[in-house]
Amino acid sequence: MTIALFLAQILNSLQLGLMLFLLAAGLTLVFGIMNFVNLAHGTIYMMAAYGAALVVAMSDHYLLGLLAGVGVGAMLGVGLQYLVARRLYGKNPLYHVLASFGLILMGNELVRWVVGPTPLYVNIPPGFAGQITLMGVELPTWRGVIIAAGLTVALGCYGLIHHTKFGMRLRAAASNRIMLAALGVNVARLELAIFALGGGLAGLAAGLTMPLVSVLPGMGEPMLISALIVIVIGGIGSVRGAFLAALVVGMIEVMGRAWLIIGLQNLLDKHVARAVSPALSSLLLSLVMAVILAVRPGGLFAAKPGGAGHG
Amino acid sequence: MSKIFYRSKNAAFAQTKLGAILLLLILLAACLPLFTQWGDAPFVLRFASRVVILALAATALNLIMGFGGLVSFGQALFLGLGAYGVAIPSHLGFENGFLHLALVMLASGVVGAMTGMIALRTSGLGFIMISLAFAEMFYYLFVGMKNFGGDDGLSILAGSRFFAATLANQTFLYLMALAILLVALLACHLLKNARFGMVLRGAAMNKMRMASLGYDVRRYQILAYVIAAMVTGIAGMLYANLMLYAAPSYLAWPMSGNLIMMVVIGGLGTSIGPLLGAILLLLGEEILQRTTEHWMFWLGAMILALALSGKTGLIDVMTAWRAIWQKAPLRLGQPGK
Repeated sequence: MTIALFLAQILNSLQLGLMLFLLAAGLTLVFGIMNFVNLAHGTIYMMAAYGAALVVAMSDHYLLGLLAGVGVGAMLGVGLQYLVARRLYGKNPLYHVLASFGLILMGNELVRWVVGPTPLYVNIPPGFAGQITLMGVELPTWRGVIIAAGLTVALGCYGLIHHTKFGMRLRAAASNRIMLAALGVNVARLELAIFALGGGLAGLAAGLTMPLVSVLPGMGEPMLISALIVIVIGGIGSVRGAFLAALVVGMIEVMGRAWLIIGLQNLLDKHVARAVSPALSSLLLSLVMAVILAVRPGGLFAAKPGGAGHG
Repeated sequence: MSKIFYRSKNAAFAQTKLGAILLLLILLAACLPLFTQWGDAPFVLRFASRVVILALAATALNLIMGFGGLVSFGQALFLGLGAYGVAIPSHLGFENGFLHLALVMLASGVVGAMTGMIALRTSGLGFIMISLAFAEMFYYLFVGMKNFGGDDGLSILAGSRFFAATLANQTFLYLMALAILLVALLACHLLKNARFGMVLRGAAMNKMRMASLGYDVRRYQILAYVIAAMVTGIAGMLYANLMLYAAPSYLAWPMSGNLIMMVVIGGLGTSIGPLLGAILLLLGEEILQRTTEHWMFWLGAMILALALSGKTGLIDVMTAWRAIWQKAPLRLGQPGK
C-alpha cells in the first residue's frame, strides 16, 4: 500500500463521513430537541433523491435537481412534523418506532408504485467528471466537490447553532422547551424549522451523492442505519458528536474494508479474502460501537442528563 | 358479604368457562392437520405454521418489550440466527436435529448475552437504535458470507432430523411449533405475576425505584433479553424448517418491525396478545396481498394509523368495549413505558 493510495482512502472516508454527517445532523437535532425517534429519516433521504433525480432527468440541470432535492427534503420534514411527529411527542417511543416503520413501508412502496422498481441513474454534471490532483493524489472531481460542500455545511451548522439567534433558541429548546415557550418564543414554529433543516440536510446529502449511487426504493435504510450508529457513537442530541462520529464511521467503513482485504490476502486465498472482508468490516464497526459504549454509555459527547446536548 | 361471595362464585364459574373454551381451542388447533388433509388444503397448514412460529417469536419479544418496556427493534437477529443454525449445518451435511437445536441455543444465547450487555447500558430510545444497529450488522455479515449463499440465501435440502421424524414433515413441524408456543405462552402467563415478571414490569415503570428496593435490575433485564433471544432462536429454527430456506432478509429490519407490530396489535404486555397479533397481522397481510399489488403501502398506512391512535392493541379495545357493555368505569391498559 502506497502513501498515495492511503491518502486517497482518507479522502474517500472523509467524503462518506461528511455525507453521513448531513444525515445524522438532522436525526440528532430532532432527537435531542423533541425526543422523537425519526426512523423515517432514511425515507426522506430516498424521496429527496428521487425528487432530485427526476428533476435532473426532466430539466437537464444538475443544480436545479440539487435544489429540488433540498426542497423535497425540507418539505417532507415539515410534513412529517405537522402530520405525525407533533402528535406523538412525549408518548412511549414504541409509537415513534411504529409510526416511522409505517412511513418507511409507505415511502418505499410509493416510489415503487409511482416511479417503478427500476433504479434511476444520474450522471455527474459536465465539467466535474474528471480528476483533480490534490497533494499528489488523483481524486475524482465530484468527490472533491462533495467534500468541499460537506465541510462548508458542517461549518455553517456550527455557525448557525452557536452564533445566531436561531441557534440560541435551538439550544434553549434542547435544555427546556417549556421555559422557552413561557419566554414567548413560538416553539411550535421552531420545531417546524428544525424538521425542515434536518430534512433539507438529508435532501442535500441525497442530491450530492446521487451520481455515485443508484436511486432505488429502499436506498434510505442502509444510510439510516449508518446514521443511527453515528449518533449513538457521537452521543444522541449532540451535533458536534455527530460530526466526529461520522468521520470515525466513514473511516472504519472505507479503511476497514480496504485494509482487511489486503491483510487477509496474506493469510487466505484471494477470493475468500474478498468474500469475507465486507462482512468483517461491518462487524468491526459494531465492535467499535461496543467498545465506545462500554467506556462511555452515552456516546462520545454524552448529552447531560435531563437535557439534550448543546451543539 | 353475600354479594362478594356471589361475585367470587361467578368469577370461578367464568374461569372454568374460560378454561374450557381455551382447551377446546387448543384441541381444535391440534386437529388442524386432520382438517387440512381431509379438505386437501396444505397451504392452510403452512399458513397456520407460519402464524404459530411467528407468534412464538412475538411472545419472546413480548417478554422484553411488553413486560420489560425495552423496545427491541432487532429481534429478527435471533430469528435469523436460528434459521442459519439449521441451514449452515445441513449445508455441510449435518442433519441431526439435536445438533441444530444445540447450535441455535448456543448461538442465540451467546449473541444475545453479548449484544444485550452492550445494548442494555442504554435505555429508551438509545436501546431501540442499538438493537436495530446490531441486527443490521449481522444482516450484512450474512450477506457477506458468500460461501453460505450470501445475498441469495441458503436452501435447506433436508430438515432437522429428530430420530425417525424430520421437521421437514409439515404436520410434525406444525404440532411441534404449536406445543412449543403453548408452553411459551403458559410460561409467559406464569412469569407475568412471578417475582421475575414483577421486577421486569416494575423496572419498566420506574427503574430507579426498583433499584432502590434492592433489585439488580440490569441482571433481570439481561436474563430476560437472553431468554427472549433463545426462544426467538428456536422460532427461527422452526421457520427455516418451514421455508426450507434461510436468507439474510430474515434478519432485516422489516422482520423486526413485523414482530413489534404483532405484539402491539395483539396487546402489549398481555400474555395472549402476541398470538392474537400474529393471527391478525398475517391474515391481514394475506388478504391485502390478494386484493392489491401495492399492499405494503396500505399496510404501512394501517401501521401509521395504529401508532397515531395510541391504542395498545386488540385487548385494549376489547376491554374498552366490555367496560362499556357492563357500564363499568373504563380501565384502559397503560402502555409500558
